[in-house]
Parts: sequence; structure tokens; C-alpha cells
Amino acid sequence: MDFNFTEEQTMIRDSLARLIREQYDFDTRMGVVKSESGWRPEMWAQFAELGLLMAPFSEEDGGLGGDPIDSMVVMEEFGKGLVVEPFVPSVVCAGGFLKHAGTAAQKEEHLQAIMGGASTFAFAYAEPRGRYNLADLETTAKKDGSGYVLNGHKSVVIGAPWADKLVVTARTGGDRRDAGGISVFIVDKGADGVTTRDYPTVDGRRASEVYLENVSVGAGALIGAEGEGLPLIEQVVDEATAATCAEAVGAMGVAHQMTVEYSRQRKQFGTPIGKFQVLQHRMVDMFMEHEQSISMTYMATLKLGEDAVERKKAASAAKVRIGQSGRFVGQESIQIHGGMGMTEELAVGHYFKRLTMIDSEFGNVDHHMRRYTELSATDLKAAAE
Amino acid sequence: MNLEFSPEEVAFRAEVRAFIEENYPEELKDMGSREDLTRDQFLAWHKVLGKKGWAAPAWPEKYGGTGWTSTQRYIWSEENARVDAMMPLPFGVSMVAPVIYTFGNEEQKARYLPKILSGEEWWCQGYSEPGAGSDLASLKTTAVRDGDHYVINGQKTWTTLAQHADWGFFLCRTDPNAAKPQEGISFILVDMNTPGIEVRPIITIDGGHEVNEVWLTDVRVPVENRVGEENQGWTYAKFLLAHERSGIAGVARSKRGIERLRDIASTELLEGEPLIKDDSFARKISQLEIDLTALEFTELRTLARESEGKGPGPESSILKVKGTEIQQRLTELTLEAVGSYGAPYFRGFPEDGSNEFPIGPDYAHHAGPNYFNFRKTSIYGGSNEIQRNIITKMILGL
Repeated sequence: MDFNFTEEQTMIRDSLARLIREQYDFDTRMGVVKSESGWRPEMWAQFAELGLLMAPFSEEDGGLGGDPIDSMVVMEEFGKGLVVEPFVPSVVCAGGFLKHAGTAAQKEEHLQAIMGGASTFAFAYAEPRGRYNLADLETTAKKDGSGYVLNGHKSVVIGAPWADKLVVTARTGGDRRDAGGISVFIVDKGADGVTTRDYPTVDGRRASEVYLENVSVGAGALIGAEGEGLPLIEQVVDEATAATCAEAVGAMGVAHQMTVEYSRQRKQFGTPIGKFQVLQHRMVDMFMEHEQSISMTYMATLKLGEDAVERKKAASAAKVRIGQSGRFVGQESIQIHGGMGMTEELAVGHYFKRLTMIDSEFGNVDHHMRRYTELSATDLKAAAE
Repeated sequence: MNLEFSPEEVAFRAEVRAFIEENYPEELKDMGSREDLTRDQFLAWHKVLGKKGWAAPAWPEKYGGTGWTSTQRYIWSEENARVDAMMPLPFGVSMVAPVIYTFGNEEQKARYLPKILSGEEWWCQGYSEPGAGSDLASLKTTAVRDGDHYVINGQKTWTTLAQHADWGFFLCRTDPNAAKPQEGISFILVDMNTPGIEVRPIITIDGGHEVNEVWLTDVRVPVENRVGEENQGWTYAKFLLAHERSGIAGVARSKRGIERLRDIASTELLEGEPLIKDDSFARKISQLEIDLTALEFTELRTLARESEGKGPGPESSILKVKGTEIQQRLTELTLEAVGSYGAPYFRGFPEDGSNEFPIGPDYAHHAGPNYFNFRKTSIYGGSNEIQRNIITKMILGL
């Protein structure tokens, strides 16, 4: 067992931390969030230049030969800086699909563009009536000659306003919620029949409702085998979940630090409020939640390569813990900041909002608690047989 | 970063597993979390390990430690937890011994360490007093110099298993005029057979006799039994508490406890179906297991830091707080799982003295008393509130 970071990972962390410190301070971020586009393509280009976007890909694929630990390192720093740019949708999700199941031609066309920052992807998997069930799809893809025609409505597609391409999950067979009959496609956002309604999210990012109306794609748009996409989707979503947990860890750490610092400065009854034991113990609880979240994020990230049941249980366990810890740390940060915590002007509230929204990304506490429990039952059955 | 075990570590696991299977006393299997064992039962496994040289893996090798890496120690505790082994009690091996080999003189090391290792001498801890619990530094027991002896007077309490003890390590006030309460305390080793010592049982809410009051009246102890400097005992006491905390997480044991809880919940019925199929109960187990996973990886991170030569620091307070919360929750859910059969009380019943307790399933007999007994865990070893004070001061810097 080894819990050390490699030299390369430490270098990524340090250079990214410096870049965020120098060019992603809170006021700058707020300006970007309120700007028309809501992100900075030139920042994305800098991330590409640092090699972040190619870090988790193998050298064969043209990457730096890293693994999910690299994504964890990047996303923890993103969390600390409340970075809005779409590393998880584009690199972890779209890049993940291509890495696991892309053909040589698909990698050549799309993965190179993702790693170089020339192209950004969004991951259109959720639907208005599907909640967190990845198989609950009403979007269809009907065979049409050698290609497919897609119809459906994808909801809250994070980063879609900035993307030029989408990864779309759709049903090529089976009934709604069946495990079989699900396929994964790359869809050009500019293709005929794709319309979007773009909007800001409460935590400072941008998303779209994506409508697909008789959108034609070629055979080369299909990633992996037709009708057998669910295991692939689950794998990628578990990877995205682990990366999102790392982001939460970064955000929680900063929210906690800010709160401790504030409690040192803020005086009431003639004394810094950090001298009150009732607040001290709550800040200790925040510290412990943060530490447990770090542990869970390591655990889930390190288990991404294990067999499916072990991997899923690890990802769900981490997401449960991070959802609960994120809520606790977020809420207590606001509470201990008092009225100031309620103001838009202070950064802490924005960490709270990001932590809140992370719970609903890729499945909330209840969803993952259910999934973990069902997997434990499967495990027991297997052990009994 | 990776979670892989090296081939050597895999071989090590096989070796210790085989050793435990061959040598762990049959009559003690699944008795490790019971406090109502006889002295011989408590010591049975310790004595086997003493002969094998495995009684104190954490000690430096020159005093009888095993020289295992932190990963090997982790494997060792997992393998023992598989049979719920009754491990060597902490008072000798993990509490007083590190103080002796760190601060004691050569005579003391030679006199005490071998018998701690072998399990020949049983130790107890004389720290708490009726007026000195969390505020340990306010202790009043005095040791007054009289020639080559200290004369000790006072009262200690919550002294665990003192009824079996051969020796005790006591914090006594040697300078009543010191400027601060933490100053003027000495760390003294006392032969429990010395005249003037009286051990009186305290019966706890589970009905068991685990802790005691220890009354000391004009107890004469040779000065050479003091460890380290006179009046510097608080430093040693704090050192000991940090050591005590690091072993307290009990991860492997709680894992075994969750397995047992799953077995119980698979046997108990609810509306004709196993209790474990009930969503609300199954999710309580899931939550517990998730929290335990977090603790396990926090402990592994701590061990990794320790193996880089950084000793147990204030982070070990997290292990104490979270570890005991999980242990308590486990006993709580176990009691919940056994349902009404948590009620029958086995102590002193049946009256014919036979060991068979005929009421309800075996796994239910100790569920109530265990739950009651485990409320102690968030109180002892520095209460969980004290642990939060430590983190406040040492980590948050407030």
C-alpha cells in the first residue's frame, strides 16, 4: 500500500495551484461567472498547456501516462478555486468513454482534440423523468441505414453551452429502465435537429436543456457496442463521481479554513468567537468530516480499477460520505460566519453552494445509499453460493 | 498511490493466518469483546504470542518488538479480528511499556519489559480520581518522599481490571506547591501487593465488574520505581495518552462486528423475511459500513505517515472519536437487531450455575450488556469532548 503522490502528480498540483492563485482569485471568478459566456476559453487553453487535459490518459493514446489519481489531484485544486471550466464533463466523462471504448479513428478524431483543448465535450446522460437512474432513458436512437436517428430531451447538461460536442446516452433497444439496449453516441452540437436552452446554475456554472429532434449520426458516432452501453456508462460515471468527490474535498477544505480564520477575527462579547467551545467543537467536526472525505476519495479513486461490484460500492460509499460531509461543512460554514455568510460578497457562500450542488451530481446521498445497499445484498448472495 | 499488497505481504498474511488458526485457543473464539473472562482466559492468547515473539508488534525490536511495517501490523490486526481474538490487554503492552522504554532507566527496562511481553505480569492504570476525570491534572493522590521511599496516599478510580493486576502505574503529586497543576506530578510504578492498597469493585450498568476503585493508604514504594524525572510525570502521561489513542480505532474488530451483525440480521425475521431485507435496517448497516470505510482509510493514511517516522500526533484524536462512535453504533444496531431477546439477563441465571443460558438465540445474550458497556468508549482515554479540545488547540490553533 502506498499513499504517496508521484513527482508528476505533485508537479501538476503545484503548477495548477499557482495558476489558480494568480489568475483565478475570487473577484476574477465572480466576473467570469457573471460574464456573457460564463467561462474563459483562454483559461482552458492554459490548462491544456500545463498538460492537465492529457494527464489521465495513456502514452499510447497521446496522454501523459497518468491515471485517475491525476484527475483527483486536478479536481481537488479545481474545488479549492471553485473553477467552473468543464474538466469532469470533457476530460473525465467524454475522455473516459473514448479511453475505454473508443476506436482508433474515434480517438484520433476526438481524444486528441479533448487533450489539446481544441474541443470541449459535455455529457448528456440525465433526463427529466429519469432522476439518477442511468438506465431510465426515454431518448431513442433508431437504426437508419448504417447510422442512427436520435430523439429525446436531455436535462441539466453541465457545460453544454461551452461544448462543441456531446456524449449522449440513448436507447437502441429494450424498455425504459432495462439494463440492455443502451448505447452511447457522440453528437455534434451544431448538427441539424440539436437545439439547446442555455442557463446559469445556482453554483456559478452553465448548463443546457438539450433537445434532439431527428438528429442523424453516422455509424462512427457509436462508442462501444450497440445496446451494451450501460456497464461502460457506469464505469465512466463512477470515475466522474470519484473526480467530483475530489472537487468536494477541495471546496470543503477551503470552506473550513475560511471559517476557522473568520472565527479568529470576529469578536463578540469582547472575545474572538473562535474562543467559544461550542463553535470550536463544531469546527473540529468540520475538520473530521473533511478528513474522512479525503480518505473516501482516495479509497474510491484507488478502487476504480477493481471488479465492477467492488468499484461501484467504493464509488457509492464515497459519494454518500461526501454528500453528507459536504452538507455539514457547507451549512456550518455559513452558520459560523453569521450574517456575513449570507452575503454574496463573501466567498464562503459560493463554496457552500458548490458543495450543495455536488450532492445532486451523479446521484445524491439517497441514491448511492440505495445502490450501496443493493450491491451489499448481491455480495452476500454471491458469498452464500 | 495504490492499495496493492506486495508478494511478501501476501505471504505474511498467509503465515499469520495459519499461525492463528493453529494456535488460537478454541474456547476463546468469538469471545474477544467480552469483559467477563477469567484471568487465564484474558491471558491465554497473550502467552502464546509472548512465546512466539508477537505480543508487542509496535515495540522497538531491541525490546521485543517484531519490526513489522505498518502494513504488516494492519494485516496482523485484521487476521486477529477474523477470530475476534482476545488481544493482549493494552495496559502493559501499549500503555506503560512505551513509557518505560522511552523514559525509563536500564534497570527498569530489564525488570519490567520481559514480563509485560510474556504476559506474566498484569498491569493496571492509576490515572483518574473521583475529582480528576477529564481534568486529570487536578489529581490529588500524593507521594511524599521518606528516605528511599515514597509514601502514597489517595484514591484512584475507574481502574480497569485492577482485580487481576500485579502492578499499576500511578500518577501522584510529588510537589504540592508547583506553579501549575500539570507540574509536580510523578509517574510511579506500584506493586499491587504492597500493604495499604485496597481494590474495591465498581459494578457498571451492564452488570459487569470491569472497573475498580483503588484506595491507597500509606503505601510505601521504593523511589527507584519512579519513571523519569520527579515532577515530570505529566509529560509521560500525555505521551502515553497519544499512544493509547492510536490503537483505539478498532477498525478490524468493527469490521468483524458488522459481519456478525449482518449474520444476525439475516437470521432474525421481519414479516417472515430476513430483517436484512428491510430497507431501513439495511441502510443503517450500510451507513455504518461506509463510516467504517472512511475511518479505515483515515487510519491507513495515519499509518503511512507514521511509517515515514512521524509519530502519532493529534490526528489520532480523529481515530479515537470516530472509532468509538462506530463501536457504539455497532452495539446499538446489534441490540436493535436481536429485538425482544435483548431483554433477558444472563448473569446469575440459571441459578443452578450451569453455563448454558437457555433463553433466546446465543447471539442475543450479550447484546444489551455490550451496548450498555460500550457507552464507556466515548468517555475513556480522554473523552471525545477532550479529543475535540485537543484538535482545537493542536490542529485548528484556536
